[in-house]
Amino acid sequence: MSAASARKITFQQAYNEALDEAMAADDSVFVLGEDVGDKEGGGTFKVTSGLSTKYGTSRVRTTPISEQAIIGTAVGAAVAGMRPVAEIMLMNFITLGLDQLVNHAAKLRYMSGGQTGVPLTVRTATGAGGGFGGQHSDMLEAWLAHVPGLKVVVPSSPADAKGLLLSSIFDDDPCVVIEHTQMYWSKGPAPEPGVRIPLGRAHIARPGRDISVIAYGRPVGEVLALADRLAGDGIEVEVVDLRTISPLDERTVLESVARTRRAVIVHEAVGQFGVGAEISARIGEELHGDLASPVVRVTSANTPVPFSPALESRYLYQIPDVESAIRKACQ
Amino acid sequence: MADSDRTSLLSVYRTAALIKAADEKLRGLLTSGELAVAYYSPRGQEVLAAATSAHLDAQDYLVTTYRGIHDQIAKGAPLDLLFAEIFGRVTGTCKGKGGPMHVTHPSTGVMVTTGIVGSGLPIAVGLATSSSIRGDGRVTVVCFGDGASNIGAFHEALNLAAVWKLPVVFVCQNNLYAESTRYADGTSAARIADRAVGYGIPGERVDGNDAAATLDVVGRAVARARAGEGPTLVEAVTYRFMGHYFGDPGAYMDADEYAAALARDPVPALRARLIADGVADEATLADIEAEATAKVEAAAAFAADSPLPGVAELTSDVYREAVYHEEVPA
Ligand SMILES: Cc1ncc(C[n+]2csc(CCOP(=O)(O)OP(=O)(O)O)c2C)c(N)n1
Ligand SMILES: [Mg+2]
Repeated sequence: MSAASARKITFQQAYNEALDEAMAADDSVFVLGEDVGDKEGGGTFKVTSGLSTKYGTSRVRTTPISEQAIIGTAVGAAVAGMRPVAEIMLMNFITLGLDQLVNHAAKLRYMSGGQTGVPLTVRTATGAGGGFGGQHSDMLEAWLAHVPGLKVVVPSSPADAKGLLLSSIFDDDPCVVIEHTQMYWSKGPAPEPGVRIPLGRAHIARPGRDISVIAYGRPVGEVLALADRLAGDGIEVEVVDLRTISPLDERTVLESVARTRRAVIVHEAVGQFGVGAEISARIGEELHGDLASPVVRVTSANTPVPFSPALESRYLYQIPDVESAIRKACQ
Repeated sequence: MADSDRTSLLSVYRTAALIKAADEKLRGLLTSGELAVAYYSPRGQEVLAAATSAHLDAQDYLVTTYRGIHDQIAKGAPLDLLFAEIFGRVTGTCKGKGGPMHVTHPSTGVMVTTGIVGSGLPIAVGLATSSSIRGDGRVTVVCFGDGASNIGAFHEALNLAAVWKLPVVFVCQNNLYAESTRYADGTSAARIADRAVGYGIPGERVDGNDAAATLDVVGRAVARARAGEGPTLVEAVTYRFMGHYFGDPGAYMDADEYAAALARDPVPALRARLIADGVADEATLADIEAEATAKVEAAAAFAADSPLPGVAELTSDVYREAVYHEEVPA
């Protein structure tokens, strides 16, 4: 193992390194968002720490609390050929800028007949488990994945976080990268500098012949640990990490389920009308007759994120439910 | 009057005459049924659009709205391509995939046309931010209505543009109505220009039907932007003679107010002034108008004769690269 790959980094470092490398490589990359400058502390989660000192406040621009203007500014600058990276402090606040994402970023390439792309990236943080209650914790990826023209990315490891953010910044279409507030300080192996992970491609994080568990983001690590345990009982779980939610890598998902004939889908967002429903539908449409058991979704509860830790921990998707779904399907 | 002023006024008239002829042609086609699209006529707002763009080069950026053909023509977007887009033809500015509410023509600086009220302002701030970072000397002008000054995006955009001192001019075309709501029933400020005070930037109100005054006010705003002195809010007061949308019965409009506005119709008013001031004679103006009509007829013929987009256009341009599972069906 080389010295570089023995290095471990946190998610926070991974995102920071990706921004740093992108800004060093390309003058058209710039960062904007609330509190992102070093004078303001380098971002709520310190992801932009050090960048304004290194690249100046023209390229690392602290904004007022104006989500429409932040995303709209990114749209305009991207139409002019820049590669803006906008930070929306928390994903619930993206709702204030949805017009710019849904009506403009996603559609200006199409509506202009291909003349103007919108190569922006929105980075945003969210997730339950921090005791922030209903307005600071939602996973809203399905809202965005419903819109053709947007790309939606949810990394599950620091190395993926860095590689996927780099790919998003240099992608010619609008990308939303969803970071997890409860994972910023967890560590994993660092990638070599400059390594990009392709968008729109899922990753077989663990091969297995008995059942496919399709997940993304935080649950991936937990499902991998579960798969290790189940291997002891002779159940070989294949873990498919989507990495990109939209455009969905349907081929990798369907090929995996075609092999295992069983599927469990796990995500942190609420289940209703969600990513799991979409994947389940596609599996059903393509593989119905070949399935050995029904497709099962394990998601967070169909409620707002509650405040009390006693409720919040029950709101979240439960790994024991994933285990029983796997065992039942493999009986 | 200085020679340069005379030339400017004449060229404003040339552009305004072209806009007016284009609008009349389109309404004729809609009336006859040869064309069936949602259309928001700029009739009455020609002169202010022409005077605004008179200060811009092709590389300067423009953002406008669904009521935008006057701004697009004034900025220099080719008439043939505009008509073809409105006709939904593959030869249009956007291959027929945008339509009249979403015209883009980057080579003449028509960067975004939006059908969402007020959303052009933050986008203009972004275009101006790119100019500020690159130091490319371009100015961005964003046009919007009086109604748009009541939406959050307007306020966020003015504030941010002021904080960052961006090279952008916010041009509010105050035609006294937002759909069928009268100005005072929806807008708390007596003058939209006064809203600039809250953002610490200059706000200037001008009679948008007065070509010379509009040239002057927008000219100063563009010069400020170009000199790095930051944004300006311009309120150009005008009137729309055709209601909100083509076919709008306009019952909500006051008849006396309408008649008074029509008596000050800016295009004939500018024409009369050019003759009165000796800038141009009747024959010169008749030539300009004939030329406008000829261009419009040619554009309409080009559009009508152009092919419709092929079905492959349905799925292209969603992303830069086709996603493999979205390949066009054979
Ligand atoms: C966000 C949004 N709300 C409502 C509408 C529907 N709508 C279209 S035009 C319009 C009136 C806008 O008035 P104004 O800004 O004065 O522009 P004008 O049409 O007079 O040029 C409305 C309400 C819209 N397109 N976008
Ligand atoms: Mg209006």
